[in-house]
Amino acid sequence: MVLQAIAFYLLAATTVAAGLAVITARNPVHSVLFLITAFFSAAGLFVLMGAEFLAMILVVVYVGAVAVLFLFVVMMLDVDFVALREGFARYLPIGAAIAGVMTVEMIFVAVSVASTGAAAGSVGPAGNVGSVSNAEAIGRVLYTDYVYFFQAAGLVLLVAMIGAIVLTLKHREGVRRQDVSRQTARTTATGMRVVSIKSGEGIDE
Amino acid sequence: MIDWGSPIGWLLITFGQIAAVLVWILLSLAFLLLADRKVWAGVMMRKGPNVVGPFGLFQSFADFLKFVFKEVIIPAGADKVIFLLAPLISFTLAFGAWAVMPLAPGWVVANINVGILYLFAISSLGVYGIIMGGWASNSKYPFLGGLRSAAQMVSYEVSIGFVIITVILLSGSLNLQTIVEKQAGGFWHWNVLGGAGLKGLPAALVMFPMAVIFFISALAETNRPPFDLPEAESELVAGYQVEYSSTPYLLFMIGEYTNIVLMCGMIAVLFFGGWQAPFPTPFTASWDPTAASFFGFMWFFLKIIIIFFLFAMVKAIVPRYRYDQLMRLGWKVFLPTSLVAVILVSAWRVFGPGA
Repeated sequence: MVLQAIAFYLLAATTVAAGLAVITARNPVHSVLFLITAFFSAAGLFVLMGAEFLAMILVVVYVGAVAVLFLFVVMMLDVDFVALREGFARYLPIGAAIAGVMTVEMIFVAVSVASTGAAAGSVGPAGNVGSVSNAEAIGRVLYTDYVYFFQAAGLVLLVAMIGAIVLTLKHREGVRRQDVSRQTARTTATGMRVVSIKSGEGIDE
Repeated sequence: MIDWGSPIGWLLITFGQIAAVLVWILLSLAFLLLADRKVWAGVMMRKGPNVVGPFGLFQSFADFLKFVFKEVIIPAGADKVIFLLAPLISFTLAFGAWAVMPLAPGWVVANINVGILYLFAISSLGVYGIIMGGWASNSKYPFLGGLRSAAQMVSYEVSIGFVIITVILLSGSLNLQTIVEKQAGGFWHWNVLGGAGLKGLPAALVMFPMAVIFFISALAETNRPPFDLPEAESELVAGYQVEYSSTPYLLFMIGEYTNIVLMCGMIAVLFFGGWQAPFPTPFTASWDPTAASFFGFMWFFLKIIIIFFLFAMVKAIVPRYRYDQLMRLGWKVFLPTSLVAVILVSAWRVFGPGA
């Protein structure tokens, strides 16, 4: 139990500190790396709560895929730090408004958790119930009770993916594309022909 | 005397297990590295390293000492912290993944319920070492290498994920030890041949291609030739490793080879029965548990070595892919194929004889 408490405070402190560093770091690449640290410690917190399936999915999806692409894009940005700080006063009101809304939301969540959630003594949603591991438990509700929501989420993602492809797909004229099946189907008979040329005349093609 | 049941005793035992696995990996790595070079040399009709020790057996140790005693050079324009953090991350993650690998009956450092997901998660983190190294070097070639690596590893992870799902569907478990135990009873029970004995044999039509796809994706995931584009020496000098020297470079290299051996282990566990012998072994039931574990460990190690030999042969024989061909193979060939395989295996599990 003591070991768990130490691990919890360590991970929680890392998450919060990394989260703060995301917004205070000067270099955007450092920000993304701190964001990844925050994700990773959050996954550690999930493990402590007994939700190991969620923890692993968090690492696979967010850290292993989404954040890689994030880092990929941020690394290629040519950021001018002076210009970046110039607009600070101009965007301050709208930024403060968003921050205010989010703070209120967080307070609501914290209050509801404290009054009805795990803190009030009710059983947490995660954890291994008997012999059923939580991966199996999630699967059982996801594909029965929530199957329509699950399908709808899948559909939304599919539409987003197709949208992204449609937005970026450009067919320029005159670009020679590689057609692998045509290349491999090419034989000596189709790719070569033997001509006999009269000396000094060449072929008129 | 220490009470082994107390938290401190448990801590000591776990540290002992971790140390044993580390020493085993590092020692076998030294000789596998040499074997890799010997195989490569053999294909090219050279002798390979043969000077240090008998048959060059101590070549890896000589190289190790050479790397350790050289000076660490950090480029002036580099982001120092990230530059040094990158090889450490590569190295640590590569070894961290071995925590859940079932080495023999009962021999696993952490027998967790979601072991296979843990392995997948850790191997997908390996890309960070490379991107961070490429970016922090603050130089063009490493940066290009890092970008290539990010795109390549993310692409091939997708098909690896789907192939892993087919294995999970066949085994019905995310626990690696359970996946291996389900493949008991001889090689016709291995997942590559359907995983359910003779009546599961039709599933081999799907699972054998899946094993091949996993093998090829593992090559891409570990940046091995023919997919070593992040370090393609003919275009990018040495890719993300250009600015690295001495121990940081050594950490990158050990991390890379540990990942390769890990992938060999994953292929063995997922498709070739892990520590199961290729024939039924009812006689080990009467053995001492430790002897039975050693027996299983021997088979696991043997399978790793055989698959590593295949990795080495591919490196020697197959020419490097072009970048667009690599992307085409990953997204247009492997992804649809493995997606169809997931559907087929699910149907097999529901409507097949094993249902």
